[in-house]
Amino acid sequence: MPAPVNAQFLLIQVFNGLVNGAFYALLSLGLAVIFGMLRIVNFMHGALYMLGAFVAFALGQMFGLGFWPSLLLAPLMVAAVGMILERTLLSRLYSLEPSYNLLLTFGLTLLTQDLVKQVMLSKYAVSSAPYTTPSELTGVVNLGFVVFPKYRLFVIGVALLACLITWFIIEKTRVGAIIRASTENPVVTRSLGIDVSKWVTGVFGVGVGLAGLAGVLAAPIYSVEPYMGAELIITTFAVVVIGGMGSILGSIVTGFAVGVLAAVGAAVYPPMANTLVFVLMAVVLLVRPAGLFGLPDGAR
Amino acid sequence: MTAALLEVEDLHAYYGQSHVLHGLNLRIMPGEIVSLLGRNGAGKTTTLKSIMGVLRSRTGRVTFDGQDILRLPSNRIAARGLAWVPEERAILNSLSVRENVELPPARPGGWSAERVYDTFPVLRERGQHPGGKLSGGEQQMLAIVRVLRSGPKLLLLDEPSEGLAPVIVQRIGDMIERLSGEGLTVLLVEQNLKFAARLADRHYVFVDGQIVDEVRREEVEARRDDLVRYLSV
Repeated sequence: MPAPVNAQFLLIQVFNGLVNGAFYALLSLGLAVIFGMLRIVNFMHGALYMLGAFVAFALGQMFGLGFWPSLLLAPLMVAAVGMILERTLLSRLYSLEPSYNLLLTFGLTLLTQDLVKQVMLSKYAVSSAPYTTPSELTGVVNLGFVVFPKYRLFVIGVALLACLITWFIIEKTRVGAIIRASTENPVVTRSLGIDVSKWVTGVFGVGVGLAGLAGVLAAPIYSVEPYMGAELIITTFAVVVIGGMGSILGSIVTGFAVGVLAAVGAAVYPPMANTLVFVLMAVVLLVRPAGLFGLPDGAR
Repeated sequence: MTAALLEVEDLHAYYGQSHVLHGLNLRIMPGEIVSLLGRNGAGKTTTLKSIMGVLRSRTGRVTFDGQDILRLPSNRIAARGLAWVPEERAILNSLSVRENVELPPARPGGWSAERVYDTFPVLRERGQHPGGKLSGGEQQMLAIVRVLRSGPKLLLLDEPSEGLAPVIVQRIGDMIERLSGEGLTVLLVEQNLKFAARLADRHYVFVDGQIVDEVRREEVEARRDDLVRYLSV
């Protein structure tokens, strides 16, 4: 018989869930944007999340840059790495079966992890490094009904903001219209005079940049280590399956919702903590195979 | 003799293993309306796609406005003044009507958004609706005026009359005549002989990926039986 759960504890779990959800949302949004335009599942996404955290750490070690400049620079650098990889490697495989890109991005994952591991060991003699929470964001905030670490609230806020900005750009601006058009029908869009390939590279950069941002945000919470993306990305893929590919808003909502649901579920029934997301995924697959927000194949 | 606006020489095109166009030759002079007539599967649509650079596996020469465009990607072909209105799925449903209108990069000599909306007020009225919510005729109108935003010199139209009510077909015909009157050159793919005969100065007849006949406007009446035979299944 599990211990009775009090409301205070549940509320804290909701907030913890929102923090996890913030990472799921940032990562699954990036995956959804990339999948929409490139029609590939970016297996490298978790490694690029880790790279974001590592770049923040390395910028601090090499140049003494703190959290704030890294919060801006690391996602940009991850985006740049992503765009170079897209141009030089991924783009060569678009005409082939999707499994080739899966293999490539999986290989790049292993490469990135080992590269970071080597650098951390040889240069800093550590296999994992803590990352200091910026002094402005240490301590707790009393929200009246619950006391919660300031930095974690900040993570929720930044992730939400980044997601909403991405959503707004895609749904409401001319740039977004070009991205939606290229996603729906690249052939017609290109024939209208739009250089779709250039936009594909840019969208890939934004998608992995979001992963880089998630990585920097994660560094003070989880510390920096080469495999920090491996487990998270598996849960994120489950989130993507639950939400369904192809919906921007869907991936954001599902990310946060699954985070909260999993955390609250784990509080109510602890043995389920690690499996709840996957049980949810199995149920969704049975009831609605295209995902909660996904469209059936023919309807796209 | 003036130079051709579009000259296609010995064009071969392939879908995977199958050889679809077999050494096509055609010339289009500035200001002309030319139709490609033929049955389904004769290679008319493939010809437009090959010219526009949408279909990539092809050999031969395609010269537009004095320059070889065969190796260019379709977005750069569009930038040189060629515009393609495909047979289907041309309107993007994830974009509003307004976004569809304003999607192509505006270029000098192209229609302003204002001109598009003044000519077709329905596109302004329904600007916020998804593109796919327009009727078939409205979608065809939108597909045609959309490419005018970039100020093309040559319009490639793939069966603009297909599946539309006669009154709409009439309106689309009026529109093509008006555009032609303003100096636009048109290459039209059709199975509808009546529609094509009304508009085109010349007709190329397609059979099995080859041009087998050429009929001028003034010969159409005399050769109507031949043309009907070419088009009948």
